[in-house]
Amino acid sequence: MPIILATENVDEHVAMRDAYVDTLLELAGQDERILALDADLMLAMGVQRFAIQFPERAINCGVQEANMFGVAAGLSVVGFIPFAHTFACFASRRACDQIFMSCAYARLNVKVIGSDPGITAALNGGTHMPFEDLGIMRGIPGMTVIEPTDSVMVRDIVRQVARLYGVHYIRLARRFAVKVYEEGSTFSIGQAVTLRDGRDLTIIATGFCVAEALAAARRLESRGISARVLNMFTLKPIDQEAIVATAEETGAIVTAENHNILNGLGSAVAEVVGEHLPVPIERVGVRDEFGEVGPVSYLKERFGLTADHILAAAERVLKRKH
Amino acid sequence: MQDAEQIRALRQFSVRIRMEALKSIAAIGIGHIGGTLSICDVLAVLYGGVMRVDPSNPSWQGRDYLVLSKGHAGPALYATLALKGFFAADLLTTLNQPRTNLPSHCDRLRTPGVDMTTGSLGQGASSAAGIALGLKRRGISNRVFLVLGDGECNEGQVWEMALFARQFKLDNLTAFVDYNKQQIDGFTSEICDLGDLAAKFAAFGWHAQAVDGHDVAAIGQAIEDARIEEGRPSVIVLNTVKGKGVSWWERDRNNHNMPITAEQLGRALQELEAQLAEY
Repeated sequence: MPIILATENVDEHVAMRDAYVDTLLELAGQDERILALDADLMLAMGVQRFAIQFPERAINCGVQEANMFGVAAGLSVVGFIPFAHTFACFASRRACDQIFMSCAYARLNVKVIGSDPGITAALNGGTHMPFEDLGIMRGIPGMTVIEPTDSVMVRDIVRQVARLYGVHYIRLARRFAVKVYEEGSTFSIGQAVTLRDGRDLTIIATGFCVAEALAAARRLESRGISARVLNMFTLKPIDQEAIVATAEETGAIVTAENHNILNGLGSAVAEVVGEHLPVPIERVGVRDEFGEVGPVSYLKERFGLTADHILAAAERVLKRKH
Repeated sequence: MQDAEQIRALRQFSVRIRMEALKSIAAIGIGHIGGTLSICDVLAVLYGGVMRVDPSNPSWQGRDYLVLSKGHAGPALYATLALKGFFAADLLTTLNQPRTNLPSHCDRLRTPGVDMTTGSLGQGASSAAGIALGLKRRGISNRVFLVLGDGECNEGQVWEMALFARQFKLDNLTAFVDYNKQQIDGFTSEICDLGDLAAKFAAFGWHAQAVDGHDVAAIGQAIEDARIEEGRPSVIVLNTVKGKGVSWWERDRNNHNMPITAEQLGRALQELEAQLAEY
């Protein structure tokens, strides 16, 4: 699988949601089973374009997330492949039982798209900020949980997931990511990507924290510290092999996520490490608090999700290293 | 419109469903007796000639679908399916036993003839609507039958579905409400009064009827009247008795989930045998 890394620190000019809709359009053109469902957020997600091109295949349920995921399950029973979108907070909290029972427990084929993860809900504020969606989804048996990093990964993941049977949770920001990958990169679901090699510690990150991790690693390098960076874009199934190998090879881990430090990436990594190869871990993420309103730049600082915070965690973990 | 012979056959079928359902619940010693007994008549009508199904091919693409959204009444559906030949009748006594294919709440993965997994109330409603929508999108004219409980109609998701089904003109969807006027903690009028349920669905733009839920002829006629409706979904409110068919269980406050002894089963079967003889 070719992975071509982009020049660092450059913002994309393709919004993640547009990459999502572009790919859905491409897939729908090839496979009549692909449907797009939404709960009154088609405009917000850009799915309107899909609805215009494929009016019979776009289903807007209105503001009823619970019903939407049940409808998606029913559509799956008769052979369709529904991609059902709403904000990640509503998918994971409000419609948790519906996704759990009607989709996962019933072993149906439904793709759950949760947008505006963590602080990226920004001006919608604390009521719309899911800091627990990865935890909720990861607790559902059989669920695949993926947080694509940028629009290149969104395209590849959506293409793959359309061909895989099961319930997939895809957590993605609507707007612009920092570019990490070049066009043509392809990914293996369940396999972490090593973005930067290193010997002294490993930073494992997802979502926008990947770009922050790379920035932190550059600064650590100028201090003579060699930090490896892994992109753990698949939270479930977690890449246990990669975690154990990197624990063995580097001896210390920092995790970084746009999510509560409880139940998300940090917890998943700690579970693996604790059972297989205990090493010191520091978790960077939201420290079990509710969200609040503000622009993303403010919220990154407020909730401790910047390269600075990753760097400070790296220094702490190195002090604890044997 | 069914003739007298067909009606007699359906009545007998409904009594046999009751007998088999009670035998299966008695094998494990406890179960959802009240709400199982109240739906045996509508199931007899549906599987006694209305629904296009093939017992030898439960996943036949040309079939009609049934979603038992009040999934805890699984025993009623299992008895019906067994009597129709979807699986061997001796499986019925494995209800809720370890490693069974007949769990208390309907599971599409385990039981031939069960179209959707249900149990968390309100959710079967949405999946039935999804199946109905999917069939329409494919241009398939089969029907989707949805069986709801009355307590279940306390759940908001049922009303989300009601709005949705009307919006999407799901005239291939026919819902039944087992309006037996009881939920777990008491009568629906005491806990969460549903009032005139048919009027409520009508207000949501559905074609709505209310019939005696133990009159197979009336149920059959209502299903036919629903079938010819175009452009909107249909509901048939079944006025039923929770525990119907066994005199001392009818309207028992505690008949939602109750133990059953061999002695009680014996007496129940005697009453039901007598009903069979009547028809």
